[in-house]
Amino acid sequence: MKPTILLGTRKGLIAYHFKNGKWQAENLSFEGTPVSIAYADPRTGDWWACLDHGHWGVKLHRSKDRGANWEEVTAPAYPEGAEIKEGMPATTRYIWAMAHGGQKFQSRLWIGTDPGGLFMSEDAGDSFQLVESLWNHPTRKDGWFGGGRDQPGIHSVVVDPRNENHIHIGISCAGVFESVDAGKTWEIRNKGLRAEFLPDPDAQAGHDPHILVAAPTNPDILWQQNHCGIFRSVDAGKSWQDIGQPEGPANFGFAIAVADDNAEQAWVAPANSDMTRTAIKGALCICRTDDGGKTWKDFRKGLPQENCFDIVYRHALVSSGEAVAFGTTTGNLFFSPDRGESWQTINNYLPMIYSVQFAD
Amino acid sequence: MPVVKFTYALKRFFPGLKDTPAKSVILSDVLDEIEMVYPGINSYILDEQGNLRRHVNIFINGSMIPDRAKLDSEVSEKSEIHIIQALSGG
Repeated sequence: MKPTILLGTRKGLIAYHFKNGKWQAENLSFEGTPVSIAYADPRTGDWWACLDHGHWGVKLHRSKDRGANWEEVTAPAYPEGAEIKEGMPATTRYIWAMAHGGQKFQSRLWIGTDPGGLFMSEDAGDSFQLVESLWNHPTRKDGWFGGGRDQPGIHSVVVDPRNENHIHIGISCAGVFESVDAGKTWEIRNKGLRAEFLPDPDAQAGHDPHILVAAPTNPDILWQQNHCGIFRSVDAGKSWQDIGQPEGPANFGFAIAVADDNAEQAWVAPANSDMTRTAIKGALCICRTDDGGKTWKDFRKGLPQENCFDIVYRHALVSSGEAVAFGTTTGNLFFSPDRGESWQTINNYLPMIYSVQFAD
Repeated sequence: MPVVKFTYALKRFFPGLKDTPAKSVILSDVLDEIEMVYPGINSYILDEQGNLRRHVNIFINGSMIPDRAKLDSEVSEKSEIHIIQALSGG
């Protein structure tokens, strides 16, 4: 298990460190400011804070000393004249994903934003450029729309460690897009998904993958918690199979995590349907599959089972070895040392939690 | 000489911020001047397309500027330009 948990919350970046057998608060940065994503780059150890100042715009900060000191770097910005729709200028409204570009491209970083722009840095984050090929994709202006946010947003960037120019991204709402040339060209990978909220559920674009992840041990195996169920692909997204439980609880939700040593094992954090977005029957559970989604078990030991309203946002459920952790919308942070079978509370009094990451 | 006055909230990011005189006669030029004094501050006031951020207001002599995109309001020798935040959120 990696010994650090990094949180992006409604009121700042918070870090916990596992020491002497327990999680202890290590750092609080940007107190009072929403941190949409807190990200540790495993290659460098750099911490990144994606800030969402209500008044002053989206900002990006980097720390090379575990949050003791921060430097502001230029946040991704849309070029002059870029438009969300005709007559609607594009500006960075939110940073919703951050990923490093792999071992071969040590200076490469990816950022996904609302309103739907993907940005790439080739200078270790000193500057970011809009990936024009995706921004100019023929489906964007008419086929993408907001889901979870007012405008389309890229919340997932998955880099294939075998070929780090090969990436998948997840967009709400557009779906899964794949590039094999570091973003120069794109293929839509939504075959097998359902967009039940559209007149045509099999539309080419307009799907709502709440989060997209790949199995580290086999990056051709992709998982997504979708608005319309849980889906898995064994062919790098060329086709998707519905693996959710029709009657739940493993069906609707936002987050999914896949084991770093087993491509068949994954966790989801079920929620009531999109009508209410609350904990199911006032109780919190985490569901795990050990067989690629054929069956699911729900685990509740140590989690609240009454009067509970928590749900888990898309970046807030993660695993590391035997450990699993998740943070909730009502500021609870839970940790499991046994792959989700039992849970311990790290803190009940945090701000709303947007992102959780295990880090060194 | 017009003077630019800033909300205290911006001092969190620019600790040396204080009432700052300017020379220009058009608001957008005044903002260019303060960017020279406090590098980076315009990215807090304006978005990347050059428009005033949604929850930021600018008043000249007590009147809110009418155009948040062109920022072409005139300022005079005695103008006080207030850059403030809207009170929103929780």
